[in-house]
Amino acid sequence: MKNVALCLAVAALAAGCATKEARQDAPVTDRSAGVTQPGQASPSTTTRPAQQPTIAGNPLRDPSNILSKRSVFFEYDSNLVKDEYRGMVQAHSRYMGDTRDSRIRIEGNCDERGSREYNLALGQRRAESVKKMMTVLGVSDGRIETISYGEEKPMATGHDEQAWSQNRRADIKYAGE
Amino acid sequence: MSRWFLFLGALLLALGAGAQLEIDITTSGGRQIPIAVMPLKGESAQPQPVSEVVAADLARTGLFRLVNTVGVSPLPTEPSEVNFADWTTRTAEALVIGKVEPQSEGRVEVRFRLFDVAKQSQLASYSYVVAPAQLRATAHRIADLIYERLTGDKGVFSTKITYVVKRSGRYELHVADADGFNAQTVLASNEPIMSPAWSPDGSRLAYVSFDQKKPIVVVQNLAQGTTRIVANHRGNNSAPAWSPDGQHLLVALSKDGLTQIYRIPAAGGDPQRLTDSPGIDTQPAYSPDGQWIAFTSDRGGSPQVYRMPAAGGAPQRLTFEGTYNVGPRFSPDGKALAYVTREGGRFRIALMELATGQFQALTEGALDDSPTFAPNGKMILYEASVGGRGNLAAVSWDGRVRQRLTSSAGDVQDPAWGPMPTN
Repeated sequence: MKNVALCLAVAALAAGCATKEARQDAPVTDRSAGVTQPGQASPSTTTRPAQQPTIAGNPLRDPSNILSKRSVFFEYDSNLVKDEYRGMVQAHSRYMGDTRDSRIRIEGNCDERGSREYNLALGQRRAESVKKMMTVLGVSDGRIETISYGEEKPMATGHDEQAWSQNRRADIKYAGE
Repeated sequence: MSRWFLFLGALLLALGAGAQLEIDITTSGGRQIPIAVMPLKGESAQPQPVSEVVAADLARTGLFRLVNTVGVSPLPTEPSEVNFADWTTRTAEALVIGKVEPQSEGRVEVRFRLFDVAKQSQLASYSYVVAPAQLRATAHRIADLIYERLTGDKGVFSTKITYVVKRSGRYELHVADADGFNAQTVLASNEPIMSPAWSPDGSRLAYVSFDQKKPIVVVQNLAQGTTRIVANHRGNNSAPAWSPDGQHLLVALSKDGLTQIYRIPAAGGDPQRLTDSPGIDTQPAYSPDGQWIAFTSDRGGSPQVYRMPAAGGAPQRLTFEGTYNVGPRFSPDGKALAYVTREGGRFRIALMELATGQFQALTEGALDDSPTFAPNGKMILYEASVGGRGNLAAVSWDGRVRQRLTSSAGDVQDPAWGPMPTN
């Protein structure tokens, strides 16, 4: 728990990385929530009690649920959704079939190599690839917007393949999240 | 090979400006015109010595060699006071002299004369009466006149540039003089800013804003500071490019699937779709005569440069070498295209002559992007990332002169060179 608190503190200090850190620390907090019995306080729930009921009741945030997984990672110069992400995309399609009022935005991203504007379009095509799978599975076109941040919002800020592989990505975001 | 370093940044710090660009220049080969720029008599009493700015402007082009003026006394201000034999000995081919004199109401008169040393003749003589705050701008106008008389091309010292500065997760759109001075922040945001583009009259900037958590196209009036969202459709809205008459913008929208090119009124309005490909079409640019639109398309499997008639018609592919040629920009005379090319994992700026299809890589960076022509076509400003850090750089159309523009303020990226001033 102390480690988690430290990570959060560092994340809060690192301006510009806030979005990325928030995305990563959510599952960590969730795990503690999952093993914590109702009524049993833990350090993380006492510091942020408001999150506890939401996490427990929301399959999108339950780390044991595949719906908590949101990111599809891509190869360089590719917008092919690899097989390992099919189960996750299918689960989100089913969830959207069950929750008729849900809407999502798929946000594409690229690594830093290449021209900014072309990368913006490439990121959108990655998002569009994920969308296509979901529409084939029955989600209506109008409930999914695909946009891109291109290379403008890297999750990993390094300049090597390890960082780049993290940044070639499409993220599923539910409206209201 | 000669090399000069002009640390303009230090001067600017003294003036209290926040985010100046520092420029250093490298030239190789080619002839340089030896020119002597004398201090103007009386200029040292003014807040801005005019001759220093003129000399720096000329030197920065790489086309001039500054001749030593030390020991010339008294400062000549009239043709009769010029010792041409001495200037011949000093190897000067051109000479600039002049004076700055206070006038009524706090204004100053700046007079300068340009001489051909060999012919012992006066090439130009002008005088300006300005407020002291205008001395820097006046110096740029003088440099423009000298440059034009001696090279035959228009000078671009009185133009502006814009670029994005990124620091600590903040984004700022700056407008600065072409020499990096007088940088003004015209927009600041916690979200990315991309692809600024000058309207043909220099009064407005179109750019991509992420303030609404997605890319949309905004036009900002620089004098009034007012902004208007001109494209905010479903999906991405990006890559604004002005029509030569300033009435329309080309934009890249993904509202109908993948990114395609559309035309919209500059004040915003219904988009008219111009391309229809199964791939990505983006980065449109009008030719200066408005007859053509160049753009990036990966309809053939890899991203390449195409052009199509602006009035409609079949696109024609222009680049065939390699698997990545993107982001075309027409030269001001419409005869060439600058674009980004990938070779062996490096992204560089290339220049293609449209009549012949011949091209050459002008730069040697690892990750160069966003070429933008000076309005006289002689230099191309671009983004040069080094070690993950964004810098600006410029290269002459023939690759002979190189400038590196760095800022201590943060990453500098996405430059656009403004038009010639209208007055």
